[in-house]
Amino acid sequence: MNNARNNRGATQDHPLTRVALSLIAIGVIGLFLVLPLAMVFSQALAKGLAAAIDAIGEPDALAAVRLTLLVALIAVPLNALFGISASWAITKFDFWGKQFLTTLIDLPFSVSPVVSGLIYVLIFGLQGWFGPELREHGIKIIFALPGIVLATMFVTFPFVARELIPLMTDQGREEEEAAASLGASGFQTFLRVTLPNIKWGLLYGILLCNARAMGEFGAVSVVSGHIRGLTNTMPLHVEVLYNDYQFVGAFAVASLLALLAIVTLVLKSFLEWRYADEIAATHRH
Amino acid sequence: MTSAVTSPAARWRNPSVVPGFGLSLGFTLFYLSAIVLIPLAALVIRPWSAGFDGFWHVATDHRVVAALRLSFGASAIAAGLNAVFGLVVAWVLVRYRFPGKALLDALVDLPFALPTAVAGIALSTLYAPQGWLGEPLSHLGIKVAYTPLGVVVALTFIGLPFVVRTLQPVLAELSQEAEEAAATLGATRFQTIWRVVLPALLPSLVTGTTMAFARAVGEYGSVIFIAGNLPAISEIAPLLIIIKLEQFDYAGAATIGVIMLAASFVLLLALNFLQNWAASRR
Repeated sequence: MNNARNNRGATQDHPLTRVALSLIAIGVIGLFLVLPLAMVFSQALAKGLAAAIDAIGEPDALAAVRLTLLVALIAVPLNALFGISASWAITKFDFWGKQFLTTLIDLPFSVSPVVSGLIYVLIFGLQGWFGPELREHGIKIIFALPGIVLATMFVTFPFVARELIPLMTDQGREEEEAAASLGASGFQTFLRVTLPNIKWGLLYGILLCNARAMGEFGAVSVVSGHIRGLTNTMPLHVEVLYNDYQFVGAFAVASLLALLAIVTLVLKSFLEWRYADEIAATHRH
Repeated sequence: MTSAVTSPAARWRNPSVVPGFGLSLGFTLFYLSAIVLIPLAALVIRPWSAGFDGFWHVATDHRVVAALRLSFGASAIAAGLNAVFGLVVAWVLVRYRFPGKALLDALVDLPFALPTAVAGIALSTLYAPQGWLGEPLSHLGIKVAYTPLGVVVALTFIGLPFVVRTLQPVLAELSQEAEEAAATLGATRFQTIWRVVLPALLPSLVTGTTMAFARAVGEYGSVIFIAGNLPAISEIAPLLIIIKLEQFDYAGAATIGVIMLAASFVLLLALNFLQNWAASRR
């Protein structure tokens, strides 16, 4: 008896320790993570729901919403296509430099968002590589939609690939090899064999990619030029309103982005819970 | 004999019956080069237009040094805080059972999901002198918003999930048998934690903390609203890049960009090394 009690004492935390650690954890998450979220909605509704809705219905705000949706609509499918292509090449074949290629694909996650925008200014900006030529032909990339799309594509570049690569590595290549030996074309093999196996993992990657694409601030801020109603995405519009002391407007638009974050988290938790075996085990972000 | 009939491509790759190698690798390399590699190369060659002296002149400028010191220093402090809090949160989420745990677990990802500008204005309003947390703290004589401390707060906010999410799977897999063995051999709970559990967690704790640090160094959106952005005091390096761009000082902006990119490379290499170490210790 005495021995058993001692054993439990050394393998489990003292009840007081449990309470203290739990309180610290709840405190950290509550005060540090949830309170800022609550702040967004509280400030948005500070002058009532009508004021918040008016602020979102304002033309510049609506233009920002439209631009954000448009940018995500271009950047996310392209990155998804890239992610599928890269993970197909990396997981279905063995070739020299494969590990290095995988590291390069992850590279954009290590680069500061501001640097991610800067690189495109150095190429397409007025004093950039192609600046003079672009100006001559009246093509605007920086301070216009193409620059915003490029910067967004850079920062969300690895999301789908890094979700699919570990998943497709786990799944191996026997099924694709069987399909190929039975005479299926590459496209048929992908559509009928691979896609059903990876669809939830693909969706998971697209979900995270989209959340980041719609919420990106630093990279887009460098290339946008902050032209109201024209090149301001939602996060940039939030910044402009906030710096203008229009707090209800800023937090009203911010609360739309916060809702997007909440929906993303709910869907993400659902996918992790329902399809745990069909998405990759490694979820480092 | 076989080598005589295989195509040159087969020398650097093993043959496979699965189709689509050329197309998928070709598109991957094209897209990677166009979006990532060539633009990054444009950054790396830009600062040298005035030679190494020009680079050095910008890199050792008082304001640039102060901004880099703040970015790296505040990130180090934030990563340290995240190591402690992240360990506690991961421990509680893995080892204890209580109602609402699943919700708490999902909320850990909030800093990943919440756009940084939204986090930035929320933290700034929260810690402002009249804010929910700023007012009680100001009575204690602590000023957070518009000081370097505000930078630390924002960087801690965005870094926390990295430590928790790196530790959780390792902690869940950690066999309790080692703890039981320690207990049988007469160790106290504290000795068991200190000498058995923590050493096993160390590789992933260091990995998660390094990830939090790497993310914090380049962070922009969540910081600039709460920082106050006073030159050489609370001005972070990414903001200084933007300021230099607005003054059309492309070479100056690229110089700071290259320094930060070099730091990212070093951290990426360190992380690769750490992850191999963590994997070998599992």
